[in-house]
Amino acid sequence: MMQAMLHEQAEDLLSALLDGELDALTSARVEAHVGVCPTCTAEFARLTALSAAIRERATRHPVPDALRDAVFPKPAPAARTPSPLRDRLSRWLRPAAGGFAVGAALATGFAVLIDTHDADTQLADNIVSAHVRGLQAGHLTDVQISDQHQVKPWFDGKIDLAPPVKDLTAQGFDLVGGRLDYFQGREAAVVVYHRHLHVIDLFVARSAKAGAVSGPSLTTANGYNIVHWRDGDREFWAVSDVNAAELNEFAEAIRQ
Amino acid sequence: MGPPNDNARFAELALPHLDAAYNLARWLTRDPADAADVVQEAMTRALRFFGSFRGGNGKSWLLTIVRNTAFDWMKANRPADTVSHSDDRFGTEIENMQADGDSPEAALIRAADKQTLDTLMAALPPEFRECLVLRELEDLSYKEIAAVTGVPVGTVMSRLSRARRMMQRGWILEDAR
Repeated sequence: MMQAMLHEQAEDLLSALLDGELDALTSARVEAHVGVCPTCTAEFARLTALSAAIRERATRHPVPDALRDAVFPKPAPAARTPSPLRDRLSRWLRPAAGGFAVGAALATGFAVLIDTHDADTQLADNIVSAHVRGLQAGHLTDVQISDQHQVKPWFDGKIDLAPPVKDLTAQGFDLVGGRLDYFQGREAAVVVYHRHLHVIDLFVARSAKAGAVSGPSLTTANGYNIVHWRDGDREFWAVSDVNAAELNEFAEAIRQ
Repeated sequence: MGPPNDNARFAELALPHLDAAYNLARWLTRDPADAADVVQEAMTRALRFFGSFRGGNGKSWLLTIVRNTAFDWMKANRPADTVSHSDDRFGTEIENMQADGDSPEAALIRAADKQTLDTLMAALPPEFRECLVLRELEDLSYKEIAAVTGVPVGTVMSRLSRARRMMQRGWILEDAR
């Protein structure tokens, strides 16, 4: 009976033993039990393995640079005129999300966000909005097929451009489908990929400036990364919350 | 707001812990845009309360505000997420699992990939998830976790123990797929 009681007690304390949070006497008693109990020995080995795996490999999300700058702005260069506070704040507003950041930030006069509110930023915001809308509304994909040979024809007759639909399984990006979307008055084909649990949207639209080729460039809006490039009469934006390196990798794989 | 140099002193205290603040908000809300909202609101609150901060553990103080802001945010925007309904069911099934001797091997767990770890952690009920994040990713002591989450040290101890068993149980489900 005594043995069973001790086992129950010890089992519940293994996790705290691992964390070094038991007093010396309790530690000694639990360790003594583990020494004679195969069940607890195995459990302690699993707990140790789990803790090490999480510490080494679970994601530590670093704060996005744009958010850091928004919360703690660097002194602005003198030449630049900051846009009105309300404009800059509005960039942290997402459609349909019930955030309270704006009112509160206004109330305390907390300065928010980046310097100039130019057309590129506007565009980036619109793309992120379209990306987030897709995630929220659950209409991420109109066609939900992971076979490139079926996704590609789906776009035919729906939009007057052919988006690249590639099988990037080998590179770690899983094709999940496609949809049509609109932003800035443009129609866009969106090819949707998964990187682990993250969604990557590849927006493809007719370029306003035909003929120009420009290499990939990375921007950040509302905590999302965007890689943009132009190829002839098509423009591309890859949008996701995966990190910048992975998104660049994705863009490279598409461009090849 | 306090005197102007409060802002500079606040930045000095908060900036080194901004990654930890965002990481916690991100793990609690499980969404980058929501986490950004929460961090902004939390920093606004923290600056407002900064005058009453009497020194001590700046990281714990800041994470407490982030944590409370995140839970307020979820209550307002996603009430279903803050309710922990699966807790007891998890407990019972864990006991059954151990009775069957159907435990995953330590080696299997040790070799788990990032995606599996992230998925299993994200699936934990929030009060267990936050303990595990604060312990394993932010390396807080039980006493610090108790201060941040507003529960006794004994509760932290049992939540961590349960959280780790739930993670192990998750392996069996993953494996069965």
